[in-house]
Amino acid sequence: MGDIQPIPAIFFSEPACSRANIFFAATFHCSFLLQPGAAHAMLAYLLRSLTQATLVMLAVAFIAFSMFRYVGDPVASIVGQDATLKDRQELTESLGLNDAFPLQFARFLGNAVQGDFGISYRQGRPVADLLIERLPATIELAMLSAIFALVFGLGLGIYAALNRKGVIANLVMSLSLIGVSLPTFLIGVGLIFLFAVTLRWLPSFGRGDVVFFGWWTTGLLTDSGRKSLIMPVLTLGFYQLTLIMRLVRAEMLEVMRTEYIKFARARGLSSTAINFRHALRNTMVPVITITGLQLGSVIAFAIVTETVFNWPGLGALFVKAVEVVDIPVMAAYLMFVGLVFVVVNLIVDTLYFLVDPRLRSGAVVPAR
Amino acid sequence: MTDLTKPSPKPLPKLKITFRERVALWRDSDLWLSFKSSPVAIVSATVTLLIILMAVMADVLAPQNAFDPVALNLLDGFSHPMERGAGSNMLFIMGSDEQGRDLFSALFYGTRLSLLVGLASVVFSMVVGIGLGLVAGYLGGRIEMLIMRVADIQLSFPAILIALLIFGVARSLIPPQQYETTAVIVIIVAIGLSNWAQYARTVRASTLVERNKEYVQAARLMGISGFGIMSRHVLPNVMGPVLVIATINLALAIIEEATLSFLGVGLPITQPSLGTLIRSGQKFLLSGEWWILFFPAMMLVILALAINLLGDWLRDALNPKLR
Repeated sequence: MGDIQPIPAIFFSEPACSRANIFFAATFHCSFLLQPGAAHAMLAYLLRSLTQATLVMLAVAFIAFSMFRYVGDPVASIVGQDATLKDRQELTESLGLNDAFPLQFARFLGNAVQGDFGISYRQGRPVADLLIERLPATIELAMLSAIFALVFGLGLGIYAALNRKGVIANLVMSLSLIGVSLPTFLIGVGLIFLFAVTLRWLPSFGRGDVVFFGWWTTGLLTDSGRKSLIMPVLTLGFYQLTLIMRLVRAEMLEVMRTEYIKFARARGLSSTAINFRHALRNTMVPVITITGLQLGSVIAFAIVTETVFNWPGLGALFVKAVEVVDIPVMAAYLMFVGLVFVVVNLIVDTLYFLVDPRLRSGAVVPAR
Repeated sequence: MTDLTKPSPKPLPKLKITFRERVALWRDSDLWLSFKSSPVAIVSATVTLLIILMAVMADVLAPQNAFDPVALNLLDGFSHPMERGAGSNMLFIMGSDEQGRDLFSALFYGTRLSLLVGLASVVFSMVVGIGLGLVAGYLGGRIEMLIMRVADIQLSFPAILIALLIFGVARSLIPPQQYETTAVIVIIVAIGLSNWAQYARTVRASTLVERNKEYVQAARLMGISGFGIMSRHVLPNVMGPVLVIATINLALAIIEEATLSFLGVGLPITQPSLGTLIRSGQKFLLSGEWWILFFPAMMLVILALAINLLGDWLRDALNPKLR
C-alpha cells in the first residue's frame, strides 16, 4: 500500500528500537497474575485504555455529526426543489433541527449506537443497509490481504535476516524500497494489465459469484469468486508485506546481536533451534502488534484497491459518496473506520499489557 | 563608571556573513561531504533537479501546448509511440491519446502540476505543523494537550481518508460552477491538512528539549517575546528533523495527489496532473493502448523514488548516531 501512509521508520535502515529485549523478558514472566497488585494495575490500565478509546470515538462522532448537520442543508437534500416554505419548516421541526446543539448531538449518538445513520441523499436508502450490504466484501478482502502479508512478510523477513549477505535477500530488500514508491493503484493497474488484459487469466473487476449465508456473502466458495479475489488481495497486501518484512528483518537482526543468542550458540545449540526457538520467538510480539495495528489501515486503504477493481465494498461506496457529496454515507463511513481503529487499538493495548512486565508494575506507558 | 542604562556607543559587530563565506562553509560541512560520497544521493538529486527543471520549463520544452484545444488534431488520435501523426505529421515520441494530444508534452504539464501541488501542500502542512508544534512545546499546559490529542487522533487515520473527507466537505461548500477554478487550492489544502500532525509531533518534541536550554533562558531574560523566542531562537534549532520529514512527505504528497486524482476526486481533466493522466489512460488499457497510461505512471514512480531516496540519504546524513 505505497500510497499515503507515512513511511515507517523501519524503511530507512535505522536499527529498530530495541523492544525485543523487553519482549524476551516477557515470554519468561507469565506468572504476573500471581503477583500482588497485578490485578489492580491491569484493571487501571485497561480502564485508561477504554476511556481513551471512548474519547476518540466521541471526537470522531462529533466530526461526523458536524458534517452531517452543518455541511450542506439536510432539509434541501430531502425535499425537492418545489417544496413550500411551510413544508420545509415542518420538516425542519420534525427532524429536530431546531433543537439545542447538545440535544441534537445526543440524538445523533443515540441513533448511531442503534445503527441508524440516516438516509443516503443519493440512493434514498438507509445508510446502515448500504453499509451492511457491502461490509462482507471489504472484510473478506482485508482479512485475506492481512494473512497474505503476514505469511509472506514473515517468510521473506526471516530469510533476509538469516542470509544478510545473500544476493536474493538484497534483491528482495531493494525491491521493497521500490515498492514504497509504487502507489497502490499502479500496482493494481499493472496486475490488471498483466493478468487480465495480456494473459486473460483473471477477471479485472467485481467479486465474481458469491454465496450467501444470511446477510454475509463470501466469494471463497465459488471458482469465479476465488479468481476475482487474487489480484485485489495482492494489491492491498503488498505494502503491508514490505512493512512486515522489513520489521521482521530489523527485529531479528537486533535479537541476533543479544547476549542470550551468543550464549545459546556457546551452549552448542543447533542453528535451527537458535533461529526459530530463541530468535524468532522474541521477534514475534512486535510483529503481531504492528500487524494488528495495520489491519485497521488495511480496511481504510481498501478505498483505493476497491476503486481500481470495482470491488463492491465499503471503500468504493465511500469514494462514490465523496464524488457526489453524499454526506450521511461519508459520516457513517468515518464512524465505521473510527470504530475499527479504536477496537484494534484496544486489543493491541491489552496485548501490550499481557507481554510487557513493566506495564504490569505500572512503571511505564506503552510507546507507539 | 559607565552608565549601563544608556546604549553603548559602539554598534555590535555584524553577524551577517557574505554569500562567498556561506558557500565556503557549506563546502566544508559534513552534509556536503556525505553527499559527495553517496552515489545514490547524487543520482537521485540529479534526477529530481532534472524533473523540476522540466516542470518549470514546460512551456518552452514541450513540443505541443497539450491543453490548448486549438493545438490538437483529432486525426492524430491514438498514434503509437515513435509514430508520426496521421493529421499533423508530427512525431509522437510517447504516442498520443484519443484527442491527438502528444503524451510527451502532456507529461511536462502533468509533472508541473503534480510537483506544484506536492510542494504547496508540503509547505502548507509544514507551516501549520511547525506553528502548532512550537506553540504546544513552548507553552505547554492545556493548549499542548489539546493540540497533541488532535494530532494523535489524526495520526491514527490514514492521510488519504482524511484528505478525502476534507475534499468531500469542501466540495459541498463550494458551488459546482467553481469546482474547476478552485480544484487546485482545495486539493492542496486537503493534502496539507492531512499531513500536519507529524511535523507538530516532531517540532514539539524538539522544542521541549530546547525550551530549557540556556540560550532560551537568556533570550527570555533579555525580554524577548514568546513569539520572538519561538520563531528566531527555537525554530532554527528544530529544523533538521523537519527537513527530513518534509523531503519524504513531498514524495508522499505527490503520490497522495495522484491517488486522489486517480480516484476521480482530485484535479479535473482540464488541469491534469500525473494522476489524472493515469486515470484517463486506464480506460484505454483494456483495449491495448498501453502508452497512454504507461508513461505518466513511469514518470510518477521515478519522481517518487528519486525524492524518497534523497530523503533517505538526508535522514542518514543528519542522524548523528550514524556518523
